Formats: sequence, structure tokens, C-alpha cells
Amino acid sequence: MRTRPPLPLLLAASLVAALALLPVGYLLLRMAAAGPEAWALLARPAVWSVFGNSALLAAVCTAGAVALGVPLAWLTARTDLPGRRFWSVALVLPLAMPSYIGAYAWIALLGPRGMLGRLLAPLGIGRLPEPYGLAGTALVITLINYPFVLLAVRAAIRRLDPALEEAALGLGLSRRQIFWRVTLPQLRGPIAAGGLLAAFYALSDFGAPALLRYKSFTRVIFIEYQSAFNRNTAALMALVLVGLTLAVLAAEAAVRGRSPLFRTGSGSRRPAAPIPLGRWKAPALVACAGVVTAALGLPILVILYWNVVGWRNGQGLWLSPSAVGNSLLAGTLAAAAAVVAAAPVAYLAGRYRRRLAGWADRSAYLGGALPGIVVALALVFFSARHLPAGLYQSLPLLVLAYVIRFLPQAIGCLRTSLAQIPPRLEEAARGLGRGRLRTFAAVTLPLLKPGALAGAALVFLTTVKELPVTLLLSPTGFDTLVYAIWSTASEGLFSQASPSALLLLGLSALSIAVILRQEERGLYG
Amino acid sequence: MSLPPRRRVALALAAALSILPLACGGNESSVPSAPPETTGGDRLPASVRPDTPVPPPSLAGQITVYSGRSQNLVGSLLQRFETLTGVEIKVRYGATAEMAALILEEGENSPCDVYYAQDAGALGALAAAGRLRPLPPSILSKVQPRFRSPEGLWVGSSGRARVVAYSTERVREADLYDSIWSYTDPKWTGRIGWAPTNGSFQAFVTAMRLTAGDQATAEWLKGILRNRPKTYANNAAIVAAIADGEIDLGFVNHYYLFNFLAERGESFPVRNFYPRAGDPGSLINVAGAAVLKTSRNPAAAEALVDFLLSPEAQASFAEETHEYPLIPGVPLDPRLRSLDEIATPDVDLGALADLEGTLNLLREVGALE
Repeated sequence: MRTRPPLPLLLAASLVAALALLPVGYLLLRMAAAGPEAWALLARPAVWSVFGNSALLAAVCTAGAVALGVPLAWLTARTDLPGRRFWSVALVLPLAMPSYIGAYAWIALLGPRGMLGRLLAPLGIGRLPEPYGLAGTALVITLINYPFVLLAVRAAIRRLDPALEEAALGLGLSRRQIFWRVTLPQLRGPIAAGGLLAAFYALSDFGAPALLRYKSFTRVIFIEYQSAFNRNTAALMALVLVGLTLAVLAAEAAVRGRSPLFRTGSGSRRPAAPIPLGRWKAPALVACAGVVTAALGLPILVILYWNVVGWRNGQGLWLSPSAVGNSLLAGTLAAAAAVVAAAPVAYLAGRYRRRLAGWADRSAYLGGALPGIVVALALVFFSARHLPAGLYQSLPLLVLAYVIRFLPQAIGCLRTSLAQIPPRLEEAARGLGRGRLRTFAAVTLPLLKPGALAGAALVFLTTVKELPVTLLLSPTGFDTLVYAIWSTASEGLFSQASPSALLLLGLSALSIAVILRQEERGLYG
Repeated sequence: MSLPPRRRVALALAAALSILPLACGGNESSVPSAPPETTGGDRLPASVRPDTPVPPPSLAGQITVYSGRSQNLVGSLLQRFETLTGVEIKVRYGATAEMAALILEEGENSPCDVYYAQDAGALGALAAAGRLRPLPPSILSKVQPRFRSPEGLWVGSSGRARVVAYSTERVREADLYDSIWSYTDPKWTGRIGWAPTNGSFQAFVTAMRLTAGDQATAEWLKGILRNRPKTYANNAAIVAAIADGEIDLGFVNHYYLFNFLAERGESFPVRNFYPRAGDPGSLINVAGAAVLKTSRNPAAAEALVDFLLSPEAQASFAEETHEYPLIPGVPLDPRLRSLDEIATPDVDLGALADLEGTLNLLREVGALE
């Protein structure tokens, strides 16, 4: 590894890291302003048991996401599963589901007189498990956040060198042994990256724990903001969450390890032939269909049902055309900006082993586990008081807020891709006389494409359904789909929430299809 | 790296699509094409004549409203103000408490002129922080003193009564108690639903503390907790849960039932019960509005608050959202019990802003964690 990063790279990465630290800066300021009652709250054992609940939820959801994401990524990227393209989109789409909609849907399905209960009763199936508590919350969140692991691992699998596996085959290992002893160890990095994002999502989500009655830390923070208008106490709580984030980051680094993922021998990798599934085709299809049904199909059925019920009672459709355009615009800008911002940080951390690189990397991740309201208020604090009036509550500031929240997603995917590019390629280009920037543009950038696209997809999906930052920082009058869904659903007007919810899912599906198509076409280019 | 043709087309399409809403003036409060039932100001009962205010010649420019009430509820009403007066109105919709936190965080540079809140507690919090501008007596005098700030800093625009929503299938009205105090009876074990994190519930507990003292309130909360109530995030979830059979009764605001009746029909198996005695169970909380001290267009801002108390706006509250109008002479939804019949507790709604004390009490008895 090289030791001296070029100054422009260092500056760019530091700028991004500094921006990402704005929420933490805000929290520290508020902590300084917090009175003794706020600190007294921290001493209550009840608060710490709730903290433990959050950590437990994050652990369970991460384990679930990995258990689902890794096999599904392998199935869609390395085997001859029929309809791979369709499954690639369908299996990633659950990330577009807002967590409170997922929670409402599962309550409607599994409640005492829920739809599933009524459907299965004639078959003699007795009481179904209740959706509340840890089990229900973990189920809803896992079914939404497993695409983090899926996308990161998928991007990595497609660039795996098949030569290792072929060598193992030649040495007499069975397919199963090859998966566990050759493929999986190479996937430690992407699994850690995806798992980290899944953990962050579970830590920062508020919708699912609130509706499914699980006492997580975000709920405590929310009570302080919502009920006491007590921003100082809430900030103190959020700082504790930052501490937990640092612990999670340390765990991820340990899992990721330091081994390189690229080929060190002579020659270059060639495309891997799809592994034939044979008699496992049917079970694989059933598994994929099962996941898609649970994560998407059932909630969509519930949403459609609400729609029909509303029609029958004379409720009209409530749709705003400008909301669709605005949501698309915000999502696209955020995705592009996040990838651009993540690039210097990922490159610095991936190619250089300096302390500073490590800190820049960690700082950029800190914004990711905070509840959205914290990030939003932090930016309000700094921009309303210190920026010119035209910039406050403007589209650029909104995009910045999204980037701060979702930067980890872009960084994680880019780092995984970068780890698979041998530095020799870049060194060869430099040796042939290309400058650093030209080398990056001509050699590294095309090879980073899968990671960049995966990161863009993740950021787009999470941005279009993001709620708290959008409510506080979007330009006043900026209609969004997510507001339409949230405001009607929280008042129980589910039939009015349905059209917008379906539209959101449809838009996300289209965008994912476009992005994944690019991934396919640019793969061997 | 040049883009392949199909990608270029896709990008161009996306760019065109995204510019389109901006070109069509997406920065104004674009009100969606609402279903016929919610065109607020155009359908009025015969007994109320629209009192179209003559705009004073000095009203101009624009105002920014932060509304904790949803676009669905008040969007067309606010648009009507713009049509009537020519003042350009920009509305930011969100949750009441988040909008209050936003205003507090923005400080002196807040672009907000009018804060329209779903409950009085948030208005009280802003008043206590010194962010509100006193309203002129002409506006304040339109409502009863119990529905406005004693310092004249905010005014209520519509009322919501606390009720006990109950399942028509599993509870007979005769079984329900007059007074909220008696729901600690063990016969309701496992059948009650509440939302301790909800603003209107906390306002009700604050009212209980103010009228009966902390000790008695703590006893009541512990009594309810002994009945193992189920916790929900908001009032709508409670009403839905009653219909779904999870619980048999819940402490909610009166108008949620009507949303469900409109959505799912008259066969929806839940009804409202109004506690008869004058205890906190029969609290009437208000949605209300205030003008910010940092407002750059206070004349227009006050005109908007005045408009919310006009017969036209008050009639729309009665008809569209099934709330209680606060000015005299506006006909009520016949399914609602009239304001005069509800013996409200003797509580200053502005004092309901003392949420800190309520939160501490709720935490102490274990209702919140």
C-alpha cells in the first residue's frame, strides 16, 4: 500500500468528513446546553434497558439481513436461476418500503381479526403470532433492510475471480465446500459492509418500533422531541447512540479484515460461468418467491385492499403529480451527490493506510445511524443561523442532508468494489506515464462501476422514502410522495395513503431496473 | 466515457420529468386535485352566509405557514385565503411538535409567519419560549376565554373533545362509566387501549394534574396500568384496533371515528362515548394558530388567523373534519354532542404546555418506558 495520499484527495475527503460530522457537532453544542435534569435522565436504569433493546434489535436484524441477503445474492448473481433479472429487481425492491407502511400492513395481516387470520381460519389454522414486540419489529425491519446486504454482496460476487473456485474444483472440493471455504471468505468485506448498513437502519428507524410497540432508543429520543420540545435532552440521548455506532463500526472493521480481494498472480480474471442448479432450481425459485411475497407481496396486497375499501365508500383518489417529479428529482440528485462525495473517502480509506484516512472514514459513517430528526435539526441549526437566507430550506441543502444521512451506503459499496481492483493496474498506468487523475478516470472508475451503481441504487431508494429530513428541510411547498403517504396513514386514512404508496413502490422499481440494467451492461466493459 | 444511447434517452426523460413540476410552479402550495368531499369553502349550509372579508388595501406580499395540521385537512382552506386576499401563501406541512422544534431551532432567522398547531401544548411551548407576537383584541374576542391564551399569544381555531371510543360489538353503552376516574375497575383488564406518547393524551393527563393534583393522577395512571392497557402510537391506531378486536375501548379524540366512518362505512363497529361528569375526561382541546414575533409580514399573518375564525372557515371545520367550531352560530354535525352540553374541567389550556411535569409523572409510574 502507498503511504502518502495526494493533497487534493486528502482535502476532498476531509471536507466530506467535516460535513458528515455536522450532526455530531450540533449534538455536542446541545449537550453543553443541557441542564442537570437532562443528565439525570441518563442515570435512569429504564433508559439503559431501552438502549439494550436497540442494540438487540440491531443485532437480530443484521443477522437476519445477512442470512437472507447472502444466499439470495449468490442465487441471482452466480447461478442459472430462471428469471434472474426479474428477481434481481424484485428482491431489492423491499428497501423502498417505508417502515411504518410495512408495520401497518403486518398489523392488518396478523392482528386478532387480521386478514391472514381470516383467510387461514377455514383451513383450520388457529391463532397466528402477534406482530408486536421484538419478533414483529425485527421481521418488518429485516424484510426491509436485507437488500443492503444483497446489493453489496451481489456487486462483489459478480467481480469474483472464478480461477480460485476452478482451482478448488480441480483439487476435488465439492460445490458446497467451495462455497464455504473459497467463496464466503472472500465475501467477508461486502457482508460486513452490507451488515453495517442494515445495523444502522435498525438503530435509526423509528416507524416500526413505534407502531409495533417495541421500546427502542429512537422512541426515547422521539418522546423528548415530540412531547417536551426538549432538544437538549434529546441530543444527549442521541450522543449515546453515536457511542453505540462507534462500537458497531469497530465490530464491522473486525469482521471485514484486511485481506485483499484481488488476484495477485499473473493473468487476469475472466467472466464466471453460471453454476447450474439442476434439481435445486425449484426450491430456489420457491425461496425467492417466498421472500418477495413476505417482503413485498403481502404488504402490497394490504395496500390494494385499503384502496378498494376506500373506493367502495366513495373516497376519491388523492394524488399530486408534482409530488412524483419532486421525489424523483430529490432521489436522483441525492444518489449522484452521495456517490461523488463517497468516492474520495472510499478511495482514501481503501488505498492508503494512514490514521487520518481511518478517521475520515469513521466520521463519514456517524451520520448514518442517527435518527433523521437529529440530522435535520442539526442542519437547520447551522444553516438557518449562519447561511444566507436563500440557501436555507433550499434544494441543495436538502440534498446535502440526504447525503449526510446516506453516505455510509455509498461508501460501503464503493469500498467493496475498490477492494477488488488490484492496485497493480493503477500502478501500471502510472508507470506508462498517466497522471493520477487520468489513471483514476480511465482505469479505476470503470472498474468501480458496480459498486457505484449499487451505492446509487441504495441511496435513491432510501431517499425517496425518507421522512424527517424531507419535512423539515425541503423548500416550503415542495410536494413529496412520502408526505402524502405519511400524513394520511397516520390519521388512519389508509385508502388515501394507498395510491401514493403504490406509486412510490412503482417508481422505485423502475429506477432499480434501470440501474441494475446498467450494472449488467457495464460489467465486462 | 460516452453514454450509450438508451441511457442518454433515459437520463433526458428523467431530467425533463423533473424539470416539469418546477416549471409548473411547484414552489407554491400546489394543492392536489381533492375528491369532491373536501372542496371546503364551496359547499356551505344555507343558514351560514359566507362572510367574505374585504381585504384592507395594505395586505400584500406573501406569508409562510408551518402547519401541524395535514394538507388533507386544511390545504384547500388555506388556498381559499390566498384566493380571497391575494396574499401568496406558502405552507410547510409536518407534525405539530416537529414544526415547533423547527421554529425553536431556526431562531431569529425563521422564515415562518404563522404557526398552525394541532394542539395547544405546542402553542404554549412556543409562547413560553417568547417566540409569539400578541394578537389584536379583535381576533381574540371571537372565541371564549377558555379557548385562547390568557396572554393573548395564540387563539384556538377548532375544538376536539376527549371521548372514550368503544366497540359496539363487545361493549354496551350502559356498561360505560360517566367519569374517567372509574376506568381503573378490574373488569376492563386487557381491554383498554391508550397512546401515552400522543400529544392529546398528555394534554388530558396535564388537565387531570391541574384539577386533581399529581397524587390523584398518579393513582389513576397506576390503576389503568394494573388493567394492562395496550399501547399505541396514535389515536387512529387505537380506533382501528378497537374495530379489529384487539381492544374494547380507548381514550381518543372524538373526530377520528368520523374519518373511519367515511372510509369504511356506517357498519364500522366503533362509537364514541362522552364522559358525562365535568372531570378531565371531558376535556376540549383546541387546534390553534399564532403569529411569530419574527414574522416579516405581520399584517397578512394576522389576517390569516382572523380568516381561520371566520364563519366560512369554521363551517368547514364542522363539516369536513367534524371538529367543534369555536365561534357562535355555526351549525354542528348532528352526530356530535354540542359544546354547551360538555361540562369541561376548569383548566387553562395554555397551562397544558407544562408537559415536562406530565412526562415526569408518566415516566415515574412506568407508562412511558
